[in-house]
Amino acid sequence: MTDWINVIVQGVLVGGLYAMFAAGLSLIFGVMRLVNIAHGDLIVLAAYLALVTTQSLGLNPLASLVVVVPLMAAIGYALQWLVLNRTLGDDLLPPLLVTFGLSVIIQNTLQELFTADPRKLQAGNIEYESFPLIEGVLIGKLPLIQFVLAVLVIAALQLIFYRTALGRAFRATADDSDVAQLMGLDNRHVFALAMALSLAVVAIAGVLLAVRANFDPTIGPARLIFGFEAVIIGGLGSLWGTLAGGIMLGVAQAIGAKLDPGWQILAGHLAFLVVLAIRPQGLFPKVQG
Amino acid sequence: MPEPLLTVRALDAFYGDFQALFGVSISVSRGQAIAVIGANGAGKSTLLKSIAGLMRSRGEAIVFDDDPIGDLPAHAVARRGIALVPEGRRLFPSLTVEENLLIGGQGGRPGAWSLARIYELFPALAERRHMPSTALSGGQQQMAAIGRALMSNPKLLLCDEVSLGLAPIVVREIYARLPSLIAEGLSLIIVEQDIVQALKAASHVYCLQEGRVALEGAASGLTREAISAAYFGV
Repeated sequence: MTDWINVIVQGVLVGGLYAMFAAGLSLIFGVMRLVNIAHGDLIVLAAYLALVTTQSLGLNPLASLVVVVPLMAAIGYALQWLVLNRTLGDDLLPPLLVTFGLSVIIQNTLQELFTADPRKLQAGNIEYESFPLIEGVLIGKLPLIQFVLAVLVIAALQLIFYRTALGRAFRATADDSDVAQLMGLDNRHVFALAMALSLAVVAIAGVLLAVRANFDPTIGPARLIFGFEAVIIGGLGSLWGTLAGGIMLGVAQAIGAKLDPGWQILAGHLAFLVVLAIRPQGLFPKVQG
Repeated sequence: MPEPLLTVRALDAFYGDFQALFGVSISVSRGQAIAVIGANGAGKSTLLKSIAGLMRSRGEAIVFDDDPIGDLPAHAVARRGIALVPEGRRLFPSLTVEENLLIGGQGGRPGAWSLARIYELFPALAERRHMPSTALSGGQQQMAAIGRALMSNPKLLLCDEVSLGLAPIVVREIYARLPSLIAEGLSLIIVEQDIVQALKAASHVYCLQEGRVALEGAASGLTREAISAAYFGV
């Protein structure tokens, strides 16, 4: 019995990370209807930026967030302003193709610079320390920190979206970008800010991913898939739903791995397919007024 | 004649190969209300879209406050003090009534308008300030759309088909608010199919027909016959 509790608890904790993969993706799709195929590779890029930061400045990986988050946000603003804004229009295909190309470019550039060797960020003892939740169920400090960070990130995004002028501008532009411009909002600037925010979340996700497991330049697309699945399971447009989606995906993978280590990824995809078949709008779709 | 606030000079507008406006010229002075009337497809909305910057034109074709603005994007035009109340209201559906108003004020133009003053002008909105904008009746939505535009403290307000789809009593109620705005120095361009309302609210009228100004004159000086001739081109 404690075996299974353990499996579910670990799955929930991983789910926080998946929710963070998903939150940035969902934010961008929500604000500008852009499906960012390079999202997973940007997570990996953030991981490498953290690697460089920790090595050159001698920082702890979690402290490197202070550098990596603003850096990724700046990259996001520039990327949107210089490249992606030119692809937006009535047609969904150009941004899809451009971000696909971007994904290839990021993977190959990272491979040139860092080789294909797996890397990992060392966070010190915190990686191994744990405390018992109940008899037989240990909670790792690091997974717990990751989960708490994920909840904080989702809460912060929720706050920004529904309680600030910036969030109001995001929602207005998403609703009707022509009229938003009539209100004096510059779409290009609003979109660039959304991408900056998305990549700030990506930075956190990337650092946590890099502390948690080995990474190499090619693992981005799989993170993109996990992010997508979490968004769809949770329901488009709902941030707390995205957290729930990430958790569900994490738990499904943990249960699959428990049954047979080879089934981990498959179980996650199956859970996603089941939700898509039974409830295509997701578990917590945005309420349409 | 007082100094014009807005001058549109020989404006052409195109949708691809289709030309919607042919050399349209109009002018609005400070504190003046003009009406632009015409049948469906005469180019009224195109004219407003061009002024608001949703359609670009030659810079000098549209001069506002002595500056050419024809080639500016919509957000830059809005920040100079032109606000459009779009046809069909087009409130932001995922925002509450109050958030819709706040978006209007987000551009940061200084001026006298505040949430409190909008609620004073349209008390019906105050009671429903925290409702989703989609929960409002058509008339209340129109009030919110006008309020949203006013929140940007414009010098010139463009009203596109304010009466469309609304009960006559509601239309009268909304139009009754306009004179007080004009008295404060706001300039208005009213685009209407409801000619009676338009003639009552405006001092000067332009009638568009197939993208050209077919008739213009003081609202009081135009006869019904002249207007219907210009309106239908018969």
